[in-house]
Amino acid sequence: MIKNIAYAVLAAGCAFAQIRPVPPEELLKPLGANWPTYNGDYSGRRYSSLKAINTQTVKNLSLAWSIKMTPGMGQAGGPGRGGGGRGGFGGSSVPLIVGGEGPGDINAGGGTIKASILAVDGILYFTMPDNAWAVDARDGRELWHYYWKTRGGTHIGNRGMAIWKDRLYMETPDNYLVCLEAKTGKEIWHKTIADLDQGYFSTPAPIVVGDKVLVGTGNDIDSPGFLLCFHAETGELLWKHYTVPMQKGDPGLDTWASLDAARHGGAQTWIPGAYDPETKLYIIGTGNPTPAYMTGKRGEGDNLFTCSLVAINVDTGKMAWYFQTSPHDTHDYDSAQTPVLVDGVINGKPRKLVLTAARNGYFFTLDRITGERLVTTKYGQYTNWAKGFNKFGGPEHDPVKDPTVGGAIVSPTSDGTVNWQPPAYSPDTGLLYVPEGNGFSIFYLTDVDPRGSMGLGGKEEVPLGTAGNYLSAIDYKTGKVVWRHKWYGNGGSGGLLTTAGGLLFAGDGMGNFVAHDARTGKPVWHTRIGNISSAPSTFLIDGQQYITVATGDTLWAFVLN
Amino acid sequence: MRPNWLFAASILALSAAGAFAQPPAAATPQQRPPQRVGGFVPGQQRPPEDPAQVERGKSIYGISCRACHGADLRGGDIGGPNLLRSQLSLSDQKGEKIVPVIQGSMQAGGMPAIPMSPEDAHAVAAYVRSVLGTIGGQGRPPSAMEPPSILVGNAADGKAFFQAKCTSCHSIDGDLKGIATRISDPRVLQNTWVSGMFRSGRGPAPQTPRNTVTATVTTATGQKFEGKLIRIDDFTVTIADADGTQRTIRRNGDIPKVEVKDPLAAHRELYPVYTDKNMHDVTAYLVTVK
Repeated sequence: MIKNIAYAVLAAGCAFAQIRPVPPEELLKPLGANWPTYNGDYSGRRYSSLKAINTQTVKNLSLAWSIKMTPGMGQAGGPGRGGGGRGGFGGSSVPLIVGGEGPGDINAGGGTIKASILAVDGILYFTMPDNAWAVDARDGRELWHYYWKTRGGTHIGNRGMAIWKDRLYMETPDNYLVCLEAKTGKEIWHKTIADLDQGYFSTPAPIVVGDKVLVGTGNDIDSPGFLLCFHAETGELLWKHYTVPMQKGDPGLDTWASLDAARHGGAQTWIPGAYDPETKLYIIGTGNPTPAYMTGKRGEGDNLFTCSLVAINVDTGKMAWYFQTSPHDTHDYDSAQTPVLVDGVINGKPRKLVLTAARNGYFFTLDRITGERLVTTKYGQYTNWAKGFNKFGGPEHDPVKDPTVGGAIVSPTSDGTVNWQPPAYSPDTGLLYVPEGNGFSIFYLTDVDPRGSMGLGGKEEVPLGTAGNYLSAIDYKTGKVVWRHKWYGNGGSGGLLTTAGGLLFAGDGMGNFVAHDARTGKPVWHTRIGNISSAPSTFLIDGQQYITVATGDTLWAFVLN
Repeated sequence: MRPNWLFAASILALSAAGAFAQPPAAATPQQRPPQRVGGFVPGQQRPPEDPAQVERGKSIYGISCRACHGADLRGGDIGGPNLLRSQLSLSDQKGEKIVPVIQGSMQAGGMPAIPMSPEDAHAVAAYVRSVLGTIGGQGRPPSAMEPPSILVGNAADGKAFFQAKCTSCHSIDGDLKGIATRISDPRVLQNTWVSGMFRSGRGPAPQTPRNTVTATVTTATGQKFEGKLIRIDDFTVTIADADGTQRTIRRNGDIPKVEVKDPLAAHRELYPVYTDKNMHDVTAYLVTVK
């Protein structure tokens, strides 16, 4: 044991010598050698300028290494674990750092990597709920493992970490923001995000902007959504922005039947947003209203700012504009999709744009300075919950397609045409790539209590199967789907990646990890490693381009051979 | 090992074949236990309350709180808010948040001071916390109403629709004979006929000859393979012969030619075509097919 620790220190010494603080300005650069934030860069495009792996060379893409992660304290420090979590690879035991305020005996069960994999100077950083790791990108060796003893909360997923100088930030299901030393995984501080007793649980990846850390959270029991801003160095709370009206006089209150309804109205900040450094606006999608499947005491109004894109000034925490993608939602079609920032041309005029393909089957192109809507289209082939558009250009819900006592046949299902999985956009093709699931469900209203139900209760949803799942490419100028590539399974899980090599990477839901030609959607390479759980990403070390992706508890890295 | 496996497989096949005819009684929505959302870790359980305290609190709640906040705490007729989603009551650990409110700390917000002893106020807080502990996954209230009957359609219109759209494959004297007796819950009956599959919840439907997907694969040289479709993606297709032997054939774009026959495709193609009234009417008709 003592011997193992000595080896660990020795091995660690070698790897850690490469650690270099990441200045926050580096996150402003286009995506290249490193992948230093959730979407790679702030734009949300998941477009890498790397092109060694391209439509010509991708046929030679093959496995560099894989590593199976063991969450929790189970095998910590055991001999033989160090060589990549599988034993038999040589190497030594891995430092385990334990934090957290829970009793330590709560087993969250098997973990899945749903995180974006940060890649910085040859080291990868990623998470499962309660667990963070650093791994050597050259050989997949585990460098350290941080484990958080939980107090509870829903352990549905964790979207990964943020990096600022030599520090990492992770959210936990029991609502703490944990700051770690990137070199060692040692905890520097942790701060409270929300009250676990009120049903909050935190899944997002934090986003670093300058010296600020932007932190979202989630909740299914009728609590208000909010975004927090912490100081990266001290952990001091700088501001808190609620996404529903909380006081008399707050904007949007007239779209609720009462202040009490608004204060229990949801609009959670499930998924990280995109950031525009020119306007200092952080643009993030908000979650569904609660109760989710009926009007209840919400009133007949739009229920702002649920199911919306909201633009928040990072210095002040104040909202600059909003656009609601699902006014008065009744199907849990939250707008927690990754917005994509594009500098493009609309009607011959250069515009600064934000795109979103929403969970509700509709696609929107907006002006990201003002929030002005420029394009709305229905991209879900059978999307049928809305009738026409409201005066702002948002789809208007059709009350007969709300959950009803006799049942309503609705597409998409409450999982949406797309869910949390980040899309990708290539400036080379001008196309936004998005998973498109055209499932149908029967929605029954089971609780007709005039007070409304709570949370996601009061309904029964019976899935009927899909009328077609696709990898779809949308022209942001027209909102038209330019091509659809049929998926035999629930493809696109984890999210997408596109590159200057003309490639688009996605899981097909049938166990294949596939590289498509970004212009046509045609598959040009695949490997059957199991269904994808995290968005693929790419980075460069020693002049060699890597593609990395996770399947459940296993991380894979591919290179050209 | 092997005999056991075969035995298990034959049981599965039997139950699958009989599934459409005799759905297990546990499938009715009313009898299903409350669902917990996947991944929920009940580690942060509320500490157990003193049963005597809870019982006392319940009585006092009935006297002093029920009219405004409702018998089930979800809000009452005179406008008291839902206590089950109150951030204040959710955060209460030992009366420190609830008791001051009972004693009048929120009168400006419309909550009057309720005359009761501090001990009784603590008992009420304990009762409220005990009910909060019964909230279901994703915020489902513990006191949901019995779902109303889903039978809202017109049987005569349903019969006309059935005869126009369904009789090319189905007959109420044949495969659907006595369907309403075999599937007595109208909601289950509706879910079953719309999808064409018996299913309970989100699990896969059992396979029967009526819903088995088959495929014909024709190679570039004209060789034909036909059988039950095991799996298909862009790169391979696997089919099984009558004796269960599986064959996996590589795919490259349109070569070989793969034709998939899915008996349930006709059901799925109707999803975008039905109005909800069509569905309700056909169900109203089928419940008469005893």
